[in-house]
Amino acid sequence: MIWLWGALAFWAAAWFVNARIAASPVRDTKGARIVVPVLFGITLLVLWEGLVRAFAVSPVILPAPSAVAQTFAASTTILWEDFRQTVIKGAMSGFAIGASAAFVTAILIDRSSFLTRGLLPIGNFVAALPIVGIAPIMVNWFGFDWQSKSAVVVVMVFFPILVNTVQGLREAEAMQRDLMRTYGASYLQTLVKLRLPAAMPFIFNGLKIATTLALIGAIVAEYFGSPTRGMGFRISTGVGSLSIDLVWAEIAVAALAGTVFYGIVAWIEKRVTFWHPSQRR
Amino acid sequence: MRNLVPVLAVLGAILALWYAAVAPMNIRGALDQAERSGAVVVPEGSAVRARTGTWALVFGNTEHLGLAYALDRPRLPTPGQVAHELWKTTGEMALNGRAMSKRSLLYHGWITLQSTFWGFLLGTTLGILGAVAIVYSRVVDMSLMPWAIISQTIPIVALAPMIIVLSSQMGIEGRGVPKAIISAYLCYFPVLVGMVKGLRSPSASQLDLLQTYSASGAQAFFKLRLPASVPYLFTSLKIGVAAALVGTIVGELPTGAISGLGARILIGDQFGTPLAIWAALVAAAVLAGALVTLLDLAQRVTLRRMGMQG
Repeated sequence: MIWLWGALAFWAAAWFVNARIAASPVRDTKGARIVVPVLFGITLLVLWEGLVRAFAVSPVILPAPSAVAQTFAASTTILWEDFRQTVIKGAMSGFAIGASAAFVTAILIDRSSFLTRGLLPIGNFVAALPIVGIAPIMVNWFGFDWQSKSAVVVVMVFFPILVNTVQGLREAEAMQRDLMRTYGASYLQTLVKLRLPAAMPFIFNGLKIATTLALIGAIVAEYFGSPTRGMGFRISTGVGSLSIDLVWAEIAVAALAGTVFYGIVAWIEKRVTFWHPSQRR
Repeated sequence: MRNLVPVLAVLGAILALWYAAVAPMNIRGALDQAERSGAVVVPEGSAVRARTGTWALVFGNTEHLGLAYALDRPRLPTPGQVAHELWKTTGEMALNGRAMSKRSLLYHGWITLQSTFWGFLLGTTLGILGAVAIVYSRVVDMSLMPWAIISQTIPIVALAPMIIVLSSQMGIEGRGVPKAIISAYLCYFPVLVGMVKGLRSPSASQLDLLQTYSASGAQAFFKLRLPASVPYLFTSLKIGVAAALVGTIVGELPTGAISGLGARILIGDQFGTPLAIWAALVAAAVLAGALVTLLDLAQRVTLRRMGMQG
């Protein structure tokens, strides 16, 4: 019972501290913005640990975070191998191919208003579809290795990025385009100096959506067949063989990979669209 | 309506490309089948053909191309085959009075729709409650908002098997609840973000005006903030319902479910019946389209009644 009360006491204390920080004058500083959510996250972990220990939950049902951390530290080689297979080979390559293809397609169809009007509603519709379902078809076409995962990711990330880029390219106002014309700017100059920069917030919006989709696609595709490595493979076999702590370690890797991937894209966005109102402080 | 012609043109082009792609995709299977039934194929033997280029096979065996469009287990079925399979497992079965048979996509679509509905309901409720808490409490805003964003960067499919294991250990029968949790996980975020934006959309002068009327906090919420957030709510509901459907299908895919559209895809994969996979995919697409259209209609009607849209 000491664990339960300890965890609850920690929760209360952390909440009190956070409430004090949020009410104090330092709340808008960068430190407070980091400390408060981190404290909240730690509280969740402590509660998890406390509940698991207090109720003696079997490790094959829900292992405590400390047990997961131990497994994580003990099996870094496996985790790294899976990370390379799923995230770097599967998700990243698919993300790069899909994003470039969508970008090029968007610029090409943007020249024709007919194509834009035809493709935009379709793209919007397809972007809302459960495309993950094509995973078994892609595994059938491209084999078990990372190429099929990459193909799933390409299809999944293509449409959100396409739709956002096309929308972004329409963002430059008529007045601004006219100004470029009075400067005698060519199509390419207008594109590179005006319309692409104006489209960047939209493009990055699409890219950020695509980061999560990329990981989802790569992992789901592995459930339908993969070589004996990869995060999806390890998770599905881990559930079957009751090595649940390893599964949670893989989930931690997936969460970390997803967050870092998103963080990198958001960081680049900040550098590229520093002029946009949403980035101003 | 002015978009109708371009959309139809693009759809036609996609269909044409699809038909054109069927021949090279299926040529090997078609030639294997033709050779087994005794026809003359250039070159002979599937081992030799494995080293021959696809286009050489297509143009060397033009008389067998028809077969590529009529395989039982094609690598890429034609749109016609998919439509036929879809009709066979929905309309035809319904006409025979077996609409809810276990082989019918209507039955599986219904199962998926149910989980989607509960997930959508749960996710929307959580999203709206979370948004209200975030708007009214600075602590919640500071501690919850970053984690809400991080939660969406975690690939839910990794968690899906664990959610199913956990809920079955806690004595929850069936897959409805874990599927609903997974779809709620994907669906709550757009609602949360949209509602936070919507509840904060009244300007300071509007809030001040209510204060001069000496309106209570509850009155300010129900008479100003909530109505102002409705357009935002509907926009995010449309994203949310599509996400909820994705969540349900993701919840059905990797987990050995036996009913639901995702399970049809899984079973089609295991039994090597690609037509079943394609039909289930199209059914899922139709379902997604129907749900989003329904919410779009609800949005138009509501906003018109509220006087927000002509």
